[in-house]
Amino acid sequence: MTTMTDPPQESFRVSMLINDTRYRSYTFQFIALLALVVSIAYLMSNMFANLRDQGLFLSWAFLGEPAGYDINQRLIEYNSQMTHWRATLVGVLNTLLVAFLACVSATVLGVIAGVLRLSNNWLVSKLMSAYVEAFRNVPVLIWIIIIFTIMTAVMPAPRAFRGDEPDAAMLFGLFAFTNRGVYVPAPILGNPLFGSAAMGWLLIVLGLVGSFFGAKALSAWANAKQELTGERPTTWYITLAIWFVPLLVLLTIMGLSWNVPALKGFNFAGGLTIRGSLIALWFALAIYTGAFIAENVRAGIQAISKGQTEAAASLGLRPGRIMNLVILPQALRVIIPPLISQYLNITKNSSLAIAVGYMDITGTLGGITLNQTGRAIECVLLLMLFYLTISLLISAVMNVYNNSVKLKER
Amino acid sequence: MSDTHAQTVAFVRDTQLPPSPPPASEVGLVGWLRGNLFNGVWGTVLTLLSLYAIYAILASALPWLFNGVWTTKSLAECREVLDGVRGGCFSVLTERVHQLLYGFKYPASEYWRANLALVLLLVAALPVLIYTLPRKMLIITALYPFVAFWLIWGGTILTPLLALVGFVAGYFVFQKLSTSSFAAGFFGAVIAAILVWTIGGWLIPDNANANAMLRYVPSRDLGGFMLNMMLGVTCVSLSIPLGIVLALGRQSDMPIIKWICVVFIEFVRGVPLITLLFVASVMLAYFFPPNSTVDLFLRVVIMITMFSAAYIAEVIRGGLAALPRGQYEAADSLGLDYPQAMRLIILPQALKISIPGIVNVAVGLFKDTTLVSVISMFDLVGMIRGPILSAQEWNGVYWELLGFASLLFFVVCYGISQYSQWLERQLATDHR
Repeated sequence: MTTMTDPPQESFRVSMLINDTRYRSYTFQFIALLALVVSIAYLMSNMFANLRDQGLFLSWAFLGEPAGYDINQRLIEYNSQMTHWRATLVGVLNTLLVAFLACVSATVLGVIAGVLRLSNNWLVSKLMSAYVEAFRNVPVLIWIIIIFTIMTAVMPAPRAFRGDEPDAAMLFGLFAFTNRGVYVPAPILGNPLFGSAAMGWLLIVLGLVGSFFGAKALSAWANAKQELTGERPTTWYITLAIWFVPLLVLLTIMGLSWNVPALKGFNFAGGLTIRGSLIALWFALAIYTGAFIAENVRAGIQAISKGQTEAAASLGLRPGRIMNLVILPQALRVIIPPLISQYLNITKNSSLAIAVGYMDITGTLGGITLNQTGRAIECVLLLMLFYLTISLLISAVMNVYNNSVKLKER
Repeated sequence: MSDTHAQTVAFVRDTQLPPSPPPASEVGLVGWLRGNLFNGVWGTVLTLLSLYAIYAILASALPWLFNGVWTTKSLAECREVLDGVRGGCFSVLTERVHQLLYGFKYPASEYWRANLALVLLLVAALPVLIYTLPRKMLIITALYPFVAFWLIWGGTILTPLLALVGFVAGYFVFQKLSTSSFAAGFFGAVIAAILVWTIGGWLIPDNANANAMLRYVPSRDLGGFMLNMMLGVTCVSLSIPLGIVLALGRQSDMPIIKWICVVFIEFVRGVPLITLLFVASVMLAYFFPPNSTVDLFLRVVIMITMFSAAYIAEVIRGGLAALPRGQYEAADSLGLDYPQAMRLIILPQALKISIPGIVNVAVGLFKDTTLVSVISMFDLVGMIRGPILSAQEWNGVYWELLGFASLLFFVVCYGISQYSQWLERQLATDHR
């Protein structure tokens, strides 16, 4: 015979909001929310009072006004009569350009340095350690300024290329390194299909994408054949053909020619101009971040147990193939997450462009536009929104990739 | 059958052969060289390339360094002295060393104050850095911020003294009340400190700075490497407690507090420091009450502290996540409440795990203090790019100045990272 006693039904009392752990968290959250709302309201009221004093109101109309300043490095058409919004867009594309270039070069540099740092070669590994330590421990701003100084103060002026016995000469007759920028030959489509050059380039990009999938399909076919018969068909010349034949055919049809820069008067004309500021930012970010990536790569490789190397060696693989086929694919899982944050760092550090006058979004929207219009709040908010979006996008994309390479655990 | 065997075997060795020496190419200097420098074609090529790189660097750097001129008054004089020979013009460093270190407005008669503050910083940092020193020395560390503030800014001693009294009052109230509840002690301490500061603020006369013992130096006169050091030290030490609070908030069960922390951390980590500095220089003024002026130095400190707090919070969150679940459960089963469990069980372990990460953030932050030159504060980089390179006599001296700046940062940052590795080895209490 058992008797069940109900737990005493406690009625809710106000003091339980402080003394009872079940309810105390509600009190804390309420206080936190209240404090947040009150402080935001206080800041907002201050802001509106200050704006009223200056006769300003939050407005985005300034984006439609003519910008009135020039941008010398741009990917899309722009002149000083166009709007601030267009200038911002030029800045966005410039940010993306330098971030992309720096990410690619930093990855290549970092992987090479990271692998070489673990090399058996004593001298090489010590040299790589010196590189990593030297670049990690000095601010990236100083590196940007150093490379910018090389590009502007050490490179010869265009007039050094003039005369019968010039002080400077073009590299291979194609590239000119001057203190106003680097001039490289520009490809020109003489006879683009569908009318415009942009369509012609789009066609070439599509062709390359097609070649990529073609090459992938070929290697899948070769793999299938190898699994079936044990013999791998020789495919390297077919791969080469898949990559280059369509490209060459397209370029020939559209009449590719090169516009080589040449000295005209006191400056170079023709070709593509890469400003010293872009090169400074690109190289400095690549070399600086490359040092960090090298450390990530080294840590990733060292995280793979020695047994893997030994097992691969005992299968008769050569050192290069051990690295490519056994170690790196496994190390990638360790390397990718910190690599993502390095890419984010590059994108965020590209805002240092303002120190060397490269017109990225910080230079256009956060620099000249802000100073000309005095719209500090709007400009800085827009700037933050842009970087926040990019950061979230990059981490989202890389997380998808990270999930695709991570160990599938059962 | 056995006879035939006995006849065919003419000789049977009954002792083991001594091991023969390794081939001459595998031992000694030759072996080391073959193994480490000339290992195969690729190894040899890499070695030769590295040797060439080292030679190229040294061949251009050494003459520059050793032929350097240290005593001239301008770049033109340097060129005269060098007379076409390759060499650095280091006289810019000897002539402008004070500007590089203290900025161009800090009064020369007061340099000793900045130097003393630096020496005291090292003394104050010792008990934190080397945990075997007696704990009593932490009192020096606690007093240091007030002394340093007085030394660097000068003015009346009443201001730092008042701040100190406020903290002491808060501490005693906390000691009294925290026996009953942590929250009561915490809020009591905050109220007591604010009370002391408000009352004290009325008592300090407005013209107290006028004839103070140490001459008053406004913050806009700070500059040079001193500014980098001050920003770095202040922001890192302020952002560690803030980062701990944010990390705990992000781990919290309370959804509102958790989301406030998550949004703050992710927002700050998603934007570059430069945009936050823009906020400090052009936008923050809008959020303060009308007609109030807040010093640019303070605004920058606020923004950099928020920036590094978000990163430190993520590092500490990693440390908290790395602790085994059992630690939390053990603390609960001992009957500890949340503040006790955190203070006594969780945080000491989590912070220990986080040390390398925190040091990384601190080094990164110290390097990032150079960014203030973008919003026209004259830190080391700002001094070089501004007043010094634009001066008539030093226009064109790039490498000496930039090299000096790199060297200063390298020494400090490399030193800190070496210290962190030493500390990690000291604190390793697990199996080795």
